[in-house]
Amino acid sequence: MDNMVNVYLFGKKYTVPEGLTIMTAMEYAGYDLVRGCGCRNGFCGACATIYRIKDKQELHACLACQTEVQEGMYVATLPFFPLVKQIYNIEEIKPTEQIMMQLYPEIYACIGCNACTKACTQELNVMQYIAYAQRGEYEKCAEESFDCVMCGVCSSRCPAGISHPQVAMLARRLNGKYIAPGCGHLEDRVKEIKDGTFEELIEDLMQKPIDEIKELYNTREIEK
Amino acid sequence: MYKIEKFNELAKIVAEKRAVNADLEPRRMTAEEKDTLLATFHPDYKQEEFTVLSAGVNKGDKVPTQLAELLQGKSRISAADVDLTAPDYDTDVLIIGGGGAGASAAIEADEAGAKAMIVTKLRIGDANTMMAEGGIQAADKPNDSPAIHYIDAFGGGHFAAKPELVKNLVTKAPEAIQWLNKLGVEFDKEADGTMVTTHGGGTSRKRMHAAKDYSGAEIMRTLRDEVLNRGIPVVDFTAAVEIILDENGKAAGAVLMNMETKELLVARAKTVIIATGGAGRLHYQGFPTSNHYGATADGLILGYRVGARLLYADTLQYHPTGTGYPEQIFGALVTEKVRSLGAKLVNIDGEVFMHPLETRDVTAASIIRECTERDKGIETSLGKAVWLDTPMIEYKHGEGTIEKRIPAMMRMFGKYGIDIRKEPILVYPTLHYQNGGLNISADCSTDIENLYAAGEVAGGIHGRNRLMGNSLLDVIVFGRDAGMNAAAKAKETAVPENLTLKHIEKFNSELENAGVANETASPMLLPKYARKA
Repeated sequence: MDNMVNVYLFGKKYTVPEGLTIMTAMEYAGYDLVRGCGCRNGFCGACATIYRIKDKQELHACLACQTEVQEGMYVATLPFFPLVKQIYNIEEIKPTEQIMMQLYPEIYACIGCNACTKACTQELNVMQYIAYAQRGEYEKCAEESFDCVMCGVCSSRCPAGISHPQVAMLARRLNGKYIAPGCGHLEDRVKEIKDGTFEELIEDLMQKPIDEIKELYNTREIEK
Repeated sequence: MYKIEKFNELAKIVAEKRAVNADLEPRRMTAEEKDTLLATFHPDYKQEEFTVLSAGVNKGDKVPTQLAELLQGKSRISAADVDLTAPDYDTDVLIIGGGGAGASAAIEADEAGAKAMIVTKLRIGDANTMMAEGGIQAADKPNDSPAIHYIDAFGGGHFAAKPELVKNLVTKAPEAIQWLNKLGVEFDKEADGTMVTTHGGGTSRKRMHAAKDYSGAEIMRTLRDEVLNRGIPVVDFTAAVEIILDENGKAAGAVLMNMETKELLVARAKTVIIATGGAGRLHYQGFPTSNHYGATADGLILGYRVGARLLYADTLQYHPTGTGYPEQIFGALVTEKVRSLGAKLVNIDGEVFMHPLETRDVTAASIIRECTERDKGIETSLGKAVWLDTPMIEYKHGEGTIEKRIPAMMRMFGKYGIDIRKEPILVYPTLHYQNGGLNISADCSTDIENLYAAGEVAGGIHGRNRLMGNSLLDVIVFGRDAGMNAAAKAKETAVPENLTLKHIEKFNSELENAGVANETASPMLLPKYARKA
């Protein structure tokens, strides 16, 4: 028999095998998950969860699919958190300092408590990326926030009501579209294709007897 | 450090041979060697795991047994359960699925001036697209061309793909990258804007574009943001359970089910796009999967019941490097980018047993051979596995490479005390991708008029095996095309009248007559993982 641990799902006690994640522990306990379960691999942010170990003060946040159960864990999932997402037209806005002021002015009300960073399920420096956003340093904000899965736990802890993941989303789009250098070889190739440069070549391949194309494939040169 | 001391001991052998192994350029297999290997060890060749369909348009074809049960399963509704004369939603283009293909389709349909709507059984972005790590292919470098990309994709798919679909895939690839970049997707670039590109298994040029190892997540969250900015309605936690046809047999909407309240709703549409993704959660042959919770083949069922044919539904992709240990992340994807960056596959004796960048089917079969016939695997609590020598990446490219290029992998294993910069990891094939799907034409239309399909649910683009980076590409290229074409078709289509669900009864009698009717509720919608005492 496996070693068992006691966990408290929404306060109710269940005894489950150690080594399970919070998510699989819920399923072991009999939950049919609809909310709070997504990719099950740490990429989608659906399974934001907060927990506290019995008789301990500290409040933890994690992704349920990526976190092992521990003895005495009190668990509450956060399958939805009302983030504020502002609507904008990416073609019309520009990466100026003012754009954050217009769309997400509450970031300037940050009191520097760092609760967002402490809560981040991805261990990102959330307060730092908000500081970059305040200063219009979108490239740095984009880099610092890159691994964000938009689970919303940071925002749940913010006394200033900031929707950090949405601020970072805007910064990354501004960076990707306007700040990062353009790509010459990509533009050239798109134009060549539009001009029909490869049309004949590909039509020819499409018509080739299977043996000929097999030969082409099996003897093709592979870049080192 | 591994919690299991045996693994730490075995990892030392890998470390000792690292310098020698790093310099090695393993031979690529010949075409004959690959054919024999696949026939002997690839799961697609295990005949006893397949069932021949007895009803429907693919009658006589074999599909994985679990899929056959659903294709010949029982509808969740009967025609009498809903009032088709009073639709709850009315739209031009109904998009079923909120992943990369669905979101791309919605944006393009909206751009074309059509009224578009997304329904998704979970949330928008809950999809395999979000989990794609390694990258997206496009032949945009001077030493590359769409024609070379064509040969790689067509050959990698064993010459079975539909040429017109491969043509679209490769010739629209650079524009897809440009489109994403203009939406704000951050691709890895050099200081001068040159794309950082690497190889994938079976590519003959370095054309894998990436956003670290969050490539799909970066693309998906940007598409989602754009869908929301455009105000396209997204009805979440709502699954499609049947396609609705009009009196002439054309697609005209779908019956929807609220996943929480089970309320049934009717959506009427001039055109419908199925973009429901793959089927990893059916766990064919008992394999673990790298797929999303919702990857349950729903779109195949929806399409099949109204008469849309399937193509290559018997070919699945087992990603060679699923996580073999620890148990908590068993089957989770270890991106192919790890091998693109130079990590090699190594057996229990520390020997490199193959070239690390053969196509996925060949690599998976080779790992299975190493763990079975050759008995050179490493025993874990869940079976056998081989080493993927991740520290070799920094041995070759210097310290810091792993954190910069594959941070998600570092984090995933780091949570279990395994530092992939210092320790090799254990991998074994995992069910990853549905190579086949609903048969589509070059315009993404299925056999049913006004019914389109895009993304993993569609078949024919990749033949019998897909290359790394051609799936993220396919969801964008064909998602966009489906959106544009379905919008154009909607413009010339009147609001459908006399909607029917007669196909349910018709299909039921076909099942009865064939003696294969079963009680399995279909589509599955979500896997059943809850333990019932």
